[in-house]
Amino acid sequence: MQEKHSHENHNISYSKYLLVWVSLIAFTSITVTIAGIDLGDYTLAIALTIAAIKSALVINIFMHIKFEDPIFKVFLSISGFTLIVIFTLTFFDYFYR
Amino acid sequence: MSNHAVNIAHKHRDDIGARMGMWLFLFTELLLFGGLFLIYAVYRHEYIAQFRVAAMELNTTIGALNTIILLTSSLTVALSIAALQKGNRMLSILLLIMTNILAFAFMINKYFEWSSKIHHGIYPGSEHLLNLPNGQILFYGLYYIMTGLHGLHVIIGLVFLTTVLAFIITGSVNKDNYVKLENAGLYWHLVDLIWIFLFPLFYLIQ
Repeated sequence: MQEKHSHENHNISYSKYLLVWVSLIAFTSITVTIAGIDLGDYTLAIALTIAAIKSALVINIFMHIKFEDPIFKVFLSISGFTLIVIFTLTFFDYFYR
Repeated sequence: MSNHAVNIAHKHRDDIGARMGMWLFLFTELLLFGGLFLIYAVYRHEYIAQFRVAAMELNTTIGALNTIILLTSSLTVALSIAALQKGNRMLSILLLIMTNILAFAFMINKYFEWSSKIHHGIYPGSEHLLNLPNGQILFYGLYYIMTGLHGLHVIIGLVFLTTVLAFIITGSVNKDNYVKLENAGLYWHLVDLIWIFLFPLFYLIQ
């Protein structure tokens, strides 16, 4: 029964999901529009920033992480951190060899 | 409902544990794709001009269309879970069928996209491709491996979602026990998440 109650908390209304979907589509059109403009080296940075915002929306709302127990957030941070460490170490090696 | 709850109460069930198991699996998927993104990052840095030339060949319209299809399917699966939680079984089934149709539409687009590339002689090991500079060969190699692995995930997701759909229809996944649907949804959102990064990295380089 305990679990059922914690479940009840992440009953999100349909309209909130729709709102997230609208923002996701909006961000997609922004990223496509920006790609059409020549911004040189900034294009990739902007595209990846928008992709990061979109994934934050998906993870928090669609995947319910915002409403999960803290342990889920800890696990997610650890795996994200691992990925960042791997990327950083590789690029350190790559740039200074 | 109370009678039903009493009936299942003595069965051991741990929904949080089930979801956590799914998340742990998703982290291994993250590392799998993370490695490929790392290879992409290093080679793009090495061959930035050639990656740009090769990416021009990709069809941005199909890529954008597939992005919208996947984002919408993510919405329908999230809504399907919400509908089942609220006890609206028919709506949940309908939304899950819609998710399946969208996933199928994604694969059809992918089929046309790949066959047009193959028709133009661009596929791993083709004579045309091997005559191109190294950077372009690498770009297309990564394109086929990463979108191919993603496509495989779409197919697995389709099977996963269809199985859960059958469970909802037979009633073993229901208002009081829907963790299987949640886990299928989590898997499907991961497929969407990976595409959110694949799309700009392959289709939006100008």
